[in-house]
Amino acid sequence: MTGRQFLRARLSVARPSVVGMEERWSNEHVLSLAPDQASLKAAGKLSAPAPWTGAGWGGGALWGACKGSGKTPHFPCVDLSGPAYRCTCPSRKFPCKHVLGLLLLWSAGSPAVAEGAEQPEWVAEWLAKRRDAAEQKAVRQQERRESAKDDAAAARRAGQRAARVAAGAQELRLRLADGVRHGLADHASGGWEEVAARMVDAQAPGLAARARELAHTPQDGLLEEYALLHLLAGAYGRVGELPAPLAATVRTRVGFSTGAEEVLAGPTVRDRWHVLGSRDTADDRLTTRRIWLRGAKTGRPALLLSFGSPGKAPEVALPTGRVLEADMAYHPGARPLRAVLGTRYGEPEAAPPGPPAGVSPAEAVAGYGEAVADDPWLDAWPAVLGAVVPVLGPEGWQLTDGRSAVPVRRGSTPEQALWRLAAVSAGHPVTLFGEYGHAGFAPVTAWSADGRAIGLGQ
Amino acid sequence: MTAPTTTAHDSWSELQTAALLGTDRRPLPGVGGSPAFTGAADAVDRTDPATALLDLAALTVVARRAGSCALPPSAVPAPADGDPRPELPEPAARRLGFLLGGRGPDTSLANLTELLPQWLAAARAHGYRLPPAHVPALLDTARARSELRPDVVALAGPLGRWLAERNTDWRFVTRTTGAGPSGETGATDDGGPAAGEQIWQEGLFAERVTHLTRLRRSDPAAGLALLRSTWATERAEDRLLFLDALQEGLSTADEEFLEAALGDRSKNVRSTAAELLSTLPGSALAARMAERAQACVRPLDGRLAVHPPAECDTAMQRDGVPLKSPTGRGQRSWWLGEIVAAAPLALWTESTGLAPEQLLRLPAREGGEADGTDWSADLREAWARAAVRQQDEAWARALLGPAPRSAGAGRAAGAPAKLLAVLPPAERAAWTAAFIRTNGLGDAFQLLGACATPWTPPLSTAVVAALERAAGSGAYPWSHSGVLGMTERALAPEAAPAVEALVADAAPDTAWADTFTRLAETLRLRAVMLAELAP
Repeated sequence: MTGRQFLRARLSVARPSVVGMEERWSNEHVLSLAPDQASLKAAGKLSAPAPWTGAGWGGGALWGACKGSGKTPHFPCVDLSGPAYRCTCPSRKFPCKHVLGLLLLWSAGSPAVAEGAEQPEWVAEWLAKRRDAAEQKAVRQQERRESAKDDAAAARRAGQRAARVAAGAQELRLRLADGVRHGLADHASGGWEEVAARMVDAQAPGLAARARELAHTPQDGLLEEYALLHLLAGAYGRVGELPAPLAATVRTRVGFSTGAEEVLAGPTVRDRWHVLGSRDTADDRLTTRRIWLRGAKTGRPALLLSFGSPGKAPEVALPTGRVLEADMAYHPGARPLRAVLGTRYGEPEAAPPGPPAGVSPAEAVAGYGEAVADDPWLDAWPAVLGAVVPVLGPEGWQLTDGRSAVPVRRGSTPEQALWRLAAVSAGHPVTLFGEYGHAGFAPVTAWSADGRAIGLGQ
Repeated sequence: MTAPTTTAHDSWSELQTAALLGTDRRPLPGVGGSPAFTGAADAVDRTDPATALLDLAALTVVARRAGSCALPPSAVPAPADGDPRPELPEPAARRLGFLLGGRGPDTSLANLTELLPQWLAAARAHGYRLPPAHVPALLDTARARSELRPDVVALAGPLGRWLAERNTDWRFVTRTTGAGPSGETGATDDGGPAAGEQIWQEGLFAERVTHLTRLRRSDPAAGLALLRSTWATERAEDRLLFLDALQEGLSTADEEFLEAALGDRSKNVRSTAAELLSTLPGSALAARMAERAQACVRPLDGRLAVHPPAECDTAMQRDGVPLKSPTGRGQRSWWLGEIVAAAPLALWTESTGLAPEQLLRLPAREGGEADGTDWSADLREAWARAAVRQQDEAWARALLGPAPRSAGAGRAAGAPAKLLAVLPPAERAAWTAAFIRTNGLGDAFQLLGACATPWTPPLSTAVVAALERAAGSGAYPWSHSGVLGMTERALAPEAAPAVEALVADAAPDTAWADTFTRLAETLRLRAVMLAELAP
């Protein structure tokens, strides 16, 4: 057996068998896959049985033929374990409206999609090709990982970068001290753009981003930001003396990134992960999707990040309210949160009925307090608030359990979503997942009285 | 937003002052706090005051964040009232999400703007409760589209009112009558008589009108009493609209009040009171008008002798006959019309023993002379107004006559659409279908608007056939856009295959092909969406 064959054999064992374990996705989940509102609207039209023929579901895949305005129908197909999509239509949207329409039809339990159907040849072929490609990729990655270990050149490059970042951090400290020496009242916002550019040159993107923020920080918040940046730059100056987890936190915050493969090579936590919520944020170049989970056994929170270019939904999509048995590998740090999903053991299943267990506002505040003691730069920490009522007061929205309250972080949630939360609550206590931090609570998911999860992202 | 805590707070403001002015100008302040904190602060190297200040500030920020406390509890408002209506079926809830998501550029083929009102009306007729998460978006939509408000407010129910109390954008909820039998659960109770009294005394004008209308619907006498209690102090424009609200549940119990309103300072109030009284056939005003009408029009040997009034005396004016015609018609003709329109129609059939259609055939001449002025058209017009006002089916049927067989022949008196509305729905549809078969869609818009939705299958077939003819004649689809919009809303589901056939037959890539495709798509979606609402 060659090394490559051996690796392939090992990796294919880790691949979960999905037959018989699959379950229909919820409508909310399908909606979250849409790249934009227009696709969703177009797909809504295709979610009726009328345009579909030969639609089926089986062996971890979903397929069908959709009659459009043209002569030949389009053939969308979904690999549910990925998920991955394919369609014969020329749309640049991904997934396209045909795929979304088919998923909607299926998620609604329409009899137009034959359950347990035999996969047509074109579907089976595509799935087989995908599986092969995935295995080859895994093999290549493993090989690369093993060959990278004893690469002296890589070590030399890393040393050079560390020195450059250290010089940048030192320069930053001087600039910050100068600012305080002359008085922040004279704080010239223009200068920080230039400092940010120098930090980019110094290969410290984390410091650069924080420096750039200073240009837009109002005066009464300046000292906090100066102080935390000063603390970070100083911590990097003696990163070698810090305990390993804190050192990792400092490196990450300064701008050293850790690749997913490297993270996965480290220790993993196997648990049943409850998906508590997700939120997409988009700018011109990138859609960022955050998915928060919590381990049923360990109680540990985890945050998955995935990215998509405009017009393309981020790859990872886990439905809120589902439970997934999987290995989770955390990025190293004093307060591990960001994680990479490793081996999955089966498809996501429905969570036990009812909202997840929560804490009081006072406990959420204390939870953040503990977390910030570990990682002083932490802005917020995930929390499920147990039974809180959203109340709109003169100071904005607050969440209260009758004994204490936390404010809703301004700008964290669109006004419309807050009203949706108010409507779901109607003055009664609700369970609410979000992040609590020094600026308040940012709601992500609410659970209505009947236990249904309602996303508050958009 | 961090809650101020312990002594770190005071140290913080001193640090901030020093930082703002600069350590060149300000000495390094001392910081205090817990022993552990003071210990850490004492360990800070103070060789360079600026660096030391940043160290102390970092220490303080982290200590504040780590040690912050929750806020004291806010006052929790009373929750919304419970809503006993059954929950919307799951597929219908999803459909509502799509219909509401239809903002921005309209890329879909179907006309979602037309479908949403139908969805709302159907959901309301079924008496469903909406999923709470959809209610805010729906209220936002109704804010922009006032025609949706009655249905939205009824569907949103107690939750809608609870939300509206908290968001001024949705104030219209308290001003909207969630009218109709199926919406009663949602919109009638206003939190008891005390709350009602408060709305009446302090509310905005529209809220007051809504309150009065609702009260009239449930308890007409109480509504009248409420209006009486403040009548003398209301402004003229307000009196006019309050009076209008009395139409709801109008009965002889209101007559005395309306008689008194005939002496109102405002001319518009007087004429509205007169119009209301004339729709009460047993009222004293109706009797006075009957007397005047009989003086003007007398049956005489197979014809009608007409003597229009020579003057409009003060008694006539008090009964709501304006001195001058607003459109500048001849005075005698104007007064004659006003009197006949306000007189009870039963008068004519009872005094002559003739049916309405026979009366309509009698020649009507000045003084009953064969060569006298012909007043038939005036009389016809006035009777048409009376038939609409008094909702008299027999007269409306006679005035409309059979649907015209050829274009332009025998135009019905008055506004045919209004007369049509007096007839039972099936008869309305049959008449309109006959009209369209002869005349096409050109003048059919208002008639179709008077028909009940969904249209009957024969009416739907007539409309589809007329559309096909219009497409064949080379007319432009947009000249029928009004009718097309109504078709999307009202065509019978049974007619959908006929529309599919139109799509198949239309010349490809023409405006008519697009129009028919859109229509077919909308109808298809409508059928699906209505099926989803079935319990």
